[in-house]
Amino acid sequence: MSGNSPEQIRHETRIYLTVFAALAALTVVTVAVSYLHLSGWRAIALALFIAGIKGFLVAGYFMHLLSEKKLVYAILAVATAFFLLLIWIPYTEKDSQDAARAAAIAGETAPAENGH
Amino acid sequence: MEMEIPYTVEERPDTGLYNGKLGIWLFLASEFMLFGALFSALIMMRTGAISWPHGYTLLNVPLATLNTFVLIASSVTVVLAWANFRLGDFAKGRMYLIATLACGFGFMIIKAIEYGTKFSHHLYPAENNFYAIYYTMTGLHGLHVVGGMIVFAYLIWPGAKLWSHDRQRYINRVETTGLYWHFVDLVWIFLFPTLYLL
Repeated sequence: MSGNSPEQIRHETRIYLTVFAALAALTVVTVAVSYLHLSGWRAIALALFIAGIKGFLVAGYFMHLLSEKKLVYAILAVATAFFLLLIWIPYTEKDSQDAARAAAIAGETAPAENGH
Repeated sequence: MEMEIPYTVEERPDTGLYNGKLGIWLFLASEFMLFGALFSALIMMRTGAISWPHGYTLLNVPLATLNTFVLIASSVTVVLAWANFRLGDFAKGRMYLIATLACGFGFMIIKAIEYGTKFSHHLYPAENNFYAIYYTMTGLHGLHVVGGMIVFAYLIWPGAKLWSHDRQRYINRVETTGLYWHFVDLVWIFLFPTLYLL
């Protein structure tokens, strides 16, 4: 990881301040983009893309993940695999969700037909 | 007989990490899962709903933006504290820790204003799924901020005694607490757009 000589620490400090400025600027961009009211997936993709860059800056520089020990990467690889599994679960339910949503819409639009 | 715990300061040869650092990364991995499950729930509810409100129509975006700035400022003050402790400047390092704690307070005050406004309009978690997941995720995140603030207060006041007799161990404690704090910042970086802006 980072060295401990005063010069190296001062160099790191300058990097931290640069990263802070970048994070502040990206926050302004995130909010500005949200006012464009882009359509569905475009808005989600752009917001997550900017959040991803901010996350990379925090994890990479503030948490020093760009120069960490192998064991830390191994721990995070396992956690990331399970995280992706968690994010994937909602998509496995998509068919049943679509069916339920269609049934709900049908129930709202034609209440007399199904007796509700 | 008192037994000394090894590798609290120096790195263990096989892991390359001191114990506290390995511990905090294992803890953060479990935290990743905790918030991951809630993000998964949010996706499931949002994609499964007939209609889902845009966060910006119901929530206070300027206040949440201000909180984002407060939290990223606190992330930089904690790394500056760590850098100054490593340079041997205790007074300056402690000042940055106090600034971090102040940012934590600022974040919670802004959050209290936000919640207060919602409560005054009788908007509670039971209102609908949007408010349920909003309160769950921001509430759990807020509890993490409070947890970090308690540890920072310990490091600034009673825990600071360690500096005089085991300096490196104190610096390591600041580093591990900082890693936790950055993780809390990281969660907010994703919570902010997904709940407030989309």
